[in-house]
Parts: sequence; C-alpha cells; structure tokens
Amino acid sequence: MNDLDINQVNYLIDPANCHNPIYIKGCDTNDLINYLKMMMMIRKVEQKLAIGRRDGFIGGPVHLGVGQEAIAVGVSGSLTCDDRIFGAHRSHSHLLALNPDPYRLFAEVLGKVTGFSRGMGGSMHLWDGPSGFYGSVPIVSGTVSLAVGAAMAARLQKTNHIAVAYFGDGAMEEGVVHESLNLARIQESPVLFVVENNLFASHMHISLRQPSDMQSRFAVANHIPYKLADGNDVVAVKNAASELITHSRNGQGPGFLELITYRWYGHVDWRDDIDVGVHRSLDDVDNWRMRDPVTRLSKAMIEQGIWSAEEEKKLISMLDNQISDAWEKAMNDSYPDESATLNCVYEI
Amino acid sequence: MILKVKKQNYGTAICSAFEYLLEKYPEVFVIGQGLWSPWYVGNSMTDLDKKFGVERIIDTPVSESACTGAAVGASLSGMRPILVHPRMDFMLYAMDAVVNQAAKWSHMFGGQAHPAVTIRSIINRGGEQGAQHSQALHSWFAHVPGLRVVMPSTVKDARDLLIASVLCNDPVIYIDDRWLYEQEDDLPPIEELSLAAQGPACLRKGADITLVGSGFSTYLANKAAEILGKQAVSVEVIDIRILNPFDASLIIESVERTGVLLVVDLGWRNSGFAAEVIARVTENVGTDVLKCRPRRITLPDAPAPTSRALESRYYTSTDEIINTVKELLS
Ligand SMILES: Cc1ncc(C[n+]2csc(CCOP(=O)(O)OP(=O)(O)O)c2C)c(N)n1
Ligand SMILES: [Mg+2]
Repeated sequence: MNDLDINQVNYLIDPANCHNPIYIKGCDTNDLINYLKMMMMIRKVEQKLAIGRRDGFIGGPVHLGVGQEAIAVGVSGSLTCDDRIFGAHRSHSHLLALNPDPYRLFAEVLGKVTGFSRGMGGSMHLWDGPSGFYGSVPIVSGTVSLAVGAAMAARLQKTNHIAVAYFGDGAMEEGVVHESLNLARIQESPVLFVVENNLFASHMHISLRQPSDMQSRFAVANHIPYKLADGNDVVAVKNAASELITHSRNGQGPGFLELITYRWYGHVDWRDDIDVGVHRSLDDVDNWRMRDPVTRLSKAMIEQGIWSAEEEKKLISMLDNQISDAWEKAMNDSYPDESATLNCVYEI
Repeated sequence: MILKVKKQNYGTAICSAFEYLLEKYPEVFVIGQGLWSPWYVGNSMTDLDKKFGVERIIDTPVSESACTGAAVGASLSGMRPILVHPRMDFMLYAMDAVVNQAAKWSHMFGGQAHPAVTIRSIINRGGEQGAQHSQALHSWFAHVPGLRVVMPSTVKDARDLLIASVLCNDPVIYIDDRWLYEQEDDLPPIEELSLAAQGPACLRKGADITLVGSGFSTYLANKAAEILGKQAVSVEVIDIRILNPFDASLIIESVERTGVLLVVDLGWRNSGFAAEVIARVTENVGTDVLKCRPRRITLPDAPAPTSRALESRYYTSTDEIINTVKELLS
C-alpha cells in the first residue's frame, strides 16, 4: 500500500471529483456500446423494481445498486460461463451482466416459478448456474469463502476457470472474509475478490466502522495483488479486472479489486432521499449522481464521435419496451406449486 | 425510574426495560448493529443512544462474531452487556462465542466465573424475506446446557424478563419476535424478578385441553382459546417463557387435569421444542391420563420460502390451531 493509492482513495471518495466523461481512447467501439447498453438496461431494470416495490407488486425487500452498474459490467467483460460467480444482497447487476434477461429477474423478484431461482429465492437469493452465477445471498459475506472453494475446485480440476466474490465494504468487517483472503493466498486459489466500496453498510458510514476507508489494505496484509479504481468508470473497472483475472487464470492465485462507488437509493427499497433511519446528505447524493457511470461513458462516446444523441434515444426506447414487456409477462406468470416448499429441501 | 401503570406495547415495553437498566445499573451497556439508527428493531430501542450516549449504546461494524465474543469478555470483567442481534439469522457467525465459550464458562472453571451477558436475538420473519431472514432457532439454543433461553410472549414479560435476564449472572438468550410488537397492555410498575425462579406460566385456565406455546405461538394459542371459549370449549393456555432450563411441571400438572395436549411451536418440527414438551409430559403423566395422542403444530421441515404464494401457507394460523383442537376433542 503506497501513498499514491492512499491519495487515490481520498480523491475517489470525494464526490466533488470525477464528474467528467471517462477516458475511452483506444477502446473497442463495440465493447463500449455494449457496456453502455448493459449499464442502461441494468439501471432501468432496477428502477422498474423500485416502482414495483413502491406500488406493492413486490412483497419482499429489494436492495438496489443504481449508481454502481459499471462494476458488474466491467468485471463481467472478462468472465465466461465456466467461471464461478457469487454475489450478495445487492446482486441484480451481477447476474444481469452475465445473463441480460430482465424477464427472469422480474419473475424471480415477483416470486414466480419462471424466475431465475424458480420463484424460491426472490431478489436476495438468485441463481443462474448456466451463465456461471452460482448464487447470491443476503447473509453479509456469506459467499466469500464459497468463492474460494469454487476456485480451489477449478484448480483441482486443472482448468483455468476462476471464481469471483462480489461483496461490500461492510462485508469486509466479517472475520470469514479475512480467513478467506489468507486461505486463497496460501492455496493459490484463482479467485477475484471484488469489493464494491460504496462507503456505507446500511446506515453506517465507513468512517464509523473502520480506521481507514481503504479496503485494499487487507489485500496487502495477505500478499494478494490488488487494483484500486473508480467504480463509476466502466473502462477503468474492465481494465483493472482484466489484469487481475488474467493473472489468476495463469495460475498465480487470487486478486483483489477495490472499486469506490456509491448507491443512489437508500440501503433497501425504493426511497432515494433517506438511508433508512439516517438522513444522508442530499448534497452528497446529488454530487454522486454527477459521477454517473452511464452518462460519463455516453458523453465520452459522443465526444469521440462513436455515439450520438439519436442513437441513445433509440436505445432508451428499445430498452423501455423490452423492460415493460418483460414485466408484464412476469406479472402474468404463475407462482410455484405449493409442493415446492417441501420438495426443494433435498435433491429428492 | 419506576413506572406507574402504563399502557405500553411489546416494543415500548422492551425499550422501557433498557431505560430502567441503563439508568439504574452503570455496568449495563448495549452493543449491536443498528443501534444508532434502530429502524430495524421497531420501537424497542428508540433514542437510547441520545439518552445514554454512544459510549454505552454502541453501534458496530458488521462483525457479529467479534462483537459477541467481546460482550462475553466484558461480562467476565464486571460489566453486564446486552448484545443485540437485530435478526437471529445474523448471529450464526457468533456461535463459538455463544456455545463453546459463554455456555461452558461456569462449568469449565468449577462454577467460579460467570459470563453475565444477555444476548437479545430477534425473530424477524414474513414479508417474503426468505430462508436467511426468517429463522427461529430457539430450539437450538435450548439444547445447550449453560444457556438460559427466554422467550417472552406478553408485554409485561417482554419488559420484566429482559430486566431479569440482564440481572442474572448466567448467559441468557432473550428472544423476541417482531410479530408481537403491536400487542398492548397496561403494565404495573417494574418488578425485578430472579430469572432462575421463572418458568412456564398459565395464561388462561381451562378444563378440556392444554395448549402450550412460546413467543408468538403463545399469542396465536391465546387468540384461538378465546374464540374456542365462545364456542364452549375450555382451553388452558400455558406459555413456556423459559425454554432452558425447562421446568415442565406446570404443563404436566395441567395435562393431568385435561388429558389432552397440543403444542404449538413456530420452529421446525424435527428435534424442535414441541417434541421436548411432548416427551416431558408423556414421560411423566400416568398411563391412563392421555385421552388421545398428544399433537404438535410446527413449521414444515423446510426453510422459509419467499414467494408470497408459498409463504402464506408456511406459517400457522389461529384457524389451524382451532381446527386441531376440535379434532383432538372430537
Ligand atoms: C451476517 C449479517 N449481518 C448483518 C446483516 C444486515 N445487513 C444487510 S446488508 C448490510 C450492509 C452490508 O454492507 P456492504 O457489505 O457494504 O454492502 P452494501 O449494502 O453497501 O452493498 C447489513 C449490515 C446481514 N444481512 N447479515
Ligand atoms: Mg457498502
């Protein structure tokens, strides 16, 4: 951990910085368009979930990651369906970035049998094995050690597949995360620890929970190579993830990626003006909205002449239609059969 | 602070117990997640941080294991910590501190040292929250010698048993249920009870059947008994209150009179607390006492589903209790 990194963390956690278009020179145009589409799709899906929750169609809690879309999209750019990806309570984006199917996500959140987890999990328990999404759960840090095990398996199986654990700055405070870092290093497990440092664990700002805002210090303590990046810059995320992932695929063990970001909604559900209990500074939220990962990419692409306002308008209307069709379809689907409660407990 | 007879609900009753303890006993402090923004725990901890200061009302990092161990350690050093786990599911990271350490401490050291820690663990289920946000693990804790397990179902018990738990020198798991928070009652002034002297209580006298519950299932049992009372069925309702150490004598004595036993438990069936109640009774009553086989109503042996279509069927209801009582008496 060097002074440069500490300065970078301090720079990134100040919401007055990084409002400008991101740096995209040298990037493949199709990749960029794809990132933009994915981020916009994920955002619109989550905004739809917010409304569905507000209006009572969704009965359970939804933890929305609006503002954090660049992370899942940037990381997934280097993953394949043979990798093993694990999430947490705020994982809609992690799954959608691997399998952009809003319909099955809506169906799941609505408790319908056509959902990703066959209606048995809802927003907080998502699974899509075929795309490499091995599960997300709401016990904070619950899947971090599982990802290490999936990486150990990949190595025993003599593949170059990797595992990914997405978790937050709050999860970093659970002992098992530190055990997992140590275990992964000593076992040379090909796992990427992705810390979405959004500075909050429910109502508590990181300064009330940790002596330093910088999560990468735990990578240093465990001799794990790390990268620190602006989590609202999809290209920076992609580049940092790609370097660490290549290193893991080449048999060099774990990597640690710290991404500074911010969620626009409260900890849970659809309100954006409160953080359930503690009034957040609305100025901060407004400033963070200026570091919008979607707008910053779109503006950069328009400046480079590889994207236009008209194309964006078309994309928005296409996504709006796709999402409202998906929602309608999911709303009309059936609930699981009553027998599922007992029938899913064991394999048979 | 001694309260006059006062209308309270279950949540505010818990809050008044905290206030009483914090005012009267400087060795009491509270530690857990969410304490500086206690939306998670309803109205049961409102403004404690403002009244008693953030040094004694400690909000924490997301570190259940360390916080629980720390509370146990503080309790061995002259303090009476109250640890709050805003949801029972979250405290599974803390199992070593609870089961290997706190529960064993007195015994391992010849009864010379006692962790006077109270662990308030909240059952918070429903609302399509699913498998990891719905569990009621009271039967697990009741299995462990050394832990006192307290499950208040009435408003008065919510307050007075919390105070008794904190003043007790043994480790106590105090389990409250969010579904009970709206219950109201007129409360007499606070009484400092000895926890060791507490046991099951008869909430309603009856002659036809003994209906036993704990926590929220007692609430349901009481409601069912009320309705059945109007239909000329006389139901005796017993609230377990203290699951460990478990004194079943009141229940045994009741079944000796009624000859019929139904236990309602909102935990799982296999190896659950309802089985313990039935075992104690059948071990102890005369062979000619039971008029029919004892019965239990529990959750199905499955995690809580999220889908509303399944969740609505997963939990039991007063109707199910009423129908089962009628079946047993027919
Ligand atoms: C073991 C456990 N403890 C506490 C909680 C309650 N809880 C849910 S999310 C959360 C905050 C997590 O913060 P972080 O890991 O930073 O993720 P973020 O919400 O910021 O995405 C907490 C404390 C939980 N679900 N599980
Ligand atoms: Mg966070």
